[in-house]
Amino acid sequence: MAEADDPRPAQSGDDESIPLMQRVLDNPFLLLFLGIAVPALTYLIWGIIEIAQVPIAD
Amino acid sequence: MALTPPSERIWWKEPIAKIELTWILIAFCWGLIMFFMMIYWHGAGEQNLSNETYRIKPEVFAERAQAMIDEYTVREEEGFPVVRPPPGSDVYLIARLWMWWPILELEKDQSYRLHLSSLDWQHGFSLQPVNINVQVHPGYDLVMTIKPDVAGEYGVVCNEYCGLGHHNMVGKIYVVE
Amino acid sequence: MATATEFRTCPNTGLKVDLAAERLIKANAVVAIVFLAIGGLFGILVAFTRWPAVHLLPADWFYLALTAHGLDVLLVWIIFFEIAVLYFASAVLLNSRLAAPKFAWAGFVLMVVGALITNVAVLQGDSSVMFTSYVPMRAAPNFYLGLILFAVGALIGCFVFFGTLVVAKAEKTYEGSIPLVTFGAMTAAIIAVFTIVSGAIILIPTWLWSYGLIPDIDPVIYKLIWWGMGHSSQQINVSAHVAIWYAIAALVFGAKPLSEKVSRMAFLMYILFLQIASAHHMLVEPGLSSEWKIFNTSYAMYLAVLGSMVHGMTVPGSIEAAQRKNGYDRGLFEWLRKAPWGNPAFSGMFLSLLMFGFLGGISGVVMGVEQINLIMHNTLYVPGHFHATVVAGTTLAFMAITYVLVPLIFRRELILKGWARLQPYVFGIGVAGNSLFMMGAGTLGVSRRHWDISFADASLPFDYPAAAFLMMGLNGISAILAMLGGLMFVIVVVGSVFFGRKLGADEKVSLGEVAGSGRAVASYGSSDTIKIPGTAVLVAIFFIAFVLYYFVNWKYLSEIWPMS
Ligand code: HEM
Ligand SMILES: [Cu+2]
Ligand SMILES: [Cu+2]
Repeated sequence: MAEADDPRPAQSGDDESIPLMQRVLDNPFLLLFLGIAVPALTYLIWGIIEIAQVPIAD
Repeated sequence: MALTPPSERIWWKEPIAKIELTWILIAFCWGLIMFFMMIYWHGAGEQNLSNETYRIKPEVFAERAQAMIDEYTVREEEGFPVVRPPPGSDVYLIARLWMWWPILELEKDQSYRLHLSSLDWQHGFSLQPVNINVQVHPGYDLVMTIKPDVAGEYGVVCNEYCGLGHHNMVGKIYVVE
Repeated sequence: MATATEFRTCPNTGLKVDLAAERLIKANAVVAIVFLAIGGLFGILVAFTRWPAVHLLPADWFYLALTAHGLDVLLVWIIFFEIAVLYFASAVLLNSRLAAPKFAWAGFVLMVVGALITNVAVLQGDSSVMFTSYVPMRAAPNFYLGLILFAVGALIGCFVFFGTLVVAKAEKTYEGSIPLVTFGAMTAAIIAVFTIVSGAIILIPTWLWSYGLIPDIDPVIYKLIWWGMGHSSQQINVSAHVAIWYAIAALVFGAKPLSEKVSRMAFLMYILFLQIASAHHMLVEPGLSSEWKIFNTSYAMYLAVLGSMVHGMTVPGSIEAAQRKNGYDRGLFEWLRKAPWGNPAFSGMFLSLLMFGFLGGISGVVMGVEQINLIMHNTLYVPGHFHATVVAGTTLAFMAITYVLVPLIFRRELILKGWARLQPYVFGIGVAGNSLFMMGAGTLGVSRRHWDISFADASLPFDYPAAAFLMMGLNGISAILAMLGGLMFVIVVVGSVFFGRKLGADEKVSLGEVAGSGRAVASYGSSDTIKIPGTAVLVAIFFIAFVLYYFVNWKYLSEIWPMS
């Protein structure tokens, strides 16, 4: 191949040598999950729980 | 280029330029300062919105306001009762299409428990010219302790769109020595 | 399947361009611009009505026009254009076919139909509820129905984008990681999914409620979830226009990101935390605790602001590094002085960057402080802020990239190049005026969404300070400039698309006086030798302005009535 000086191993071993964080950033569906889960929890669900707990005026 | 895949297959291990790193650190610390500033102000600052809220039926809120009006009205102005409740008491301000009811007269440097609620749609309590702005919902009684510290005549503008009469919805609060 | 896909080869980049994707990009961009024109027209009517000396529309028409303005520009223009950006950043940049073009067309049709239904409902006059449609104020059922259809269509667009990522990876149309611009577009798409899901959660019940099928909807919960959509959709814009900044820096200068890692981590901060700042709209509502407000409004300790501040340095930084590499190396700012200021793609992009940062970014963070929001909520400060973000920032960036898309995707040469050259400045200055003067009026207390600040028919007399009237007049004058700039854009782009000279199949496009993509900067050398002193100065000025303005507003806050 042209990239004889290319340090990376052959296709199969490729993924192992890639650092974890890069693999996370290369994984759109993991990011999609996180991008929905975080705001759903801290903004929506936490918020709805608080509003639902507003006491009734005596 | 940003339009093509990164030139290095493993870009995660590339070192970061010092100048970028410095800026990231500065921005991060500034974020922490801004974050703790809000918490600090809850302890040390005097302007915090109350978290005291109750669910209330509009009729009940109207009744309570009416009881205050019946007891403490001191005069009338353009068809509005002017109410002067005693310092420290519970004060009710009704938002409804399209008025703030009644007019309140408060004493300077005294605290009041101000109750805000709407009888119909959402309204916006916008106290001018001090520029204090709080959202008013139907069904919720927001109770905030206020302490007017400058005497004068204040306007209460509605700053949440509430239908065709929205721009006519003005109330008044007097603060007297 | 793949066999049916037709491609052409881009003479500039050598990329294969899926013709189905190209047609979809064109269709979405054209509809977007049509709605920008319609919505902009409503914006002018609104601004002229709020100019006290003109006071153009009667009250009912004003509220109608304001509702239509918010809908058509904020939702329809921006989201159609974003769909075009998504298809461009996936199919074109990844050298791939678009996944499921038929679905993409179905989504497009749904969006068009939805936008039309909602517009008709508004124009019929009984849905002047503002685009936020806070309950218990009720619009006609079709108002909500149109929005729901529009959202479903946009969701399909996002899925086509993710599908294309999968296809491109499976068919190995690129090597390694996706390009940074595609990563930014993916950030936008992720936020879009959350946005649309929030919208569905709240709008579907509200639609049923408008028929009387659901007895009532809690107004605070409505607002909470609605802003999960309404504010997050602004975060789609931010991600998309930051991606476009990077794209234009690459197209015009051949600039390479200073660090892939840093820029991608900054986008990750967006993915995780940008959306929770929807809490900005809930800071003076009853029923939510200060803990909830502080955590969410601060994007979890301002981590997403950190992301924006990083992009704010790496985008101009990469331009500076590229320019220095190309020989503009003298002094602090030769790289900037000698930048192609006559190229609307660059000038639009750079003005967008500056105004988004200095005007929109700073005001947004300040307004989003739990306590400071008390002196700004629902005043004109709010529209002042977001005209700096979504108009000077997003809209101007989208305009800038359009000047590149017309030759690259529509394969037409721009007409009226002199107009195009001026357009970003006219529009930018106009919008900066809108933004500053509305913020000024808001600081003086003036209410947003308000037909008559002289209170001629009010239940009790009241006056805003005289300076407020001046601000609204200046805002009206700025609106004329903004309108001219908008008009120039529409004329140049629509004119070019229909009447511009057709480019030959292998005719290269020159993307700027400075460099074609051929002159890409391959590397800046090692990380220690990156030299971006000019950017460092810009960033320092930004930081000082930010800190000063932030504390000035705490000072203002400390002067209002004590309350707890
Ligand atoms: C010709 C350019 C424009 C002018 C002169 C203009 C002017 C205005 C004015 C005067 C207001 C009214 C503020 C109020 O009374 O509360 C307004 C509201 C608004 N504008 Fe614009 N604008 C323009 C373009 C845009 C664009 C391109 C966008 C979005 C991308 C946008 C988004 C909005 C939104 C969301 C509102 C708030 C509507 C509401 O309160 O419901 N504007 N604009
Ligand atoms: Cu009102
Ligand atoms: Cu109102």
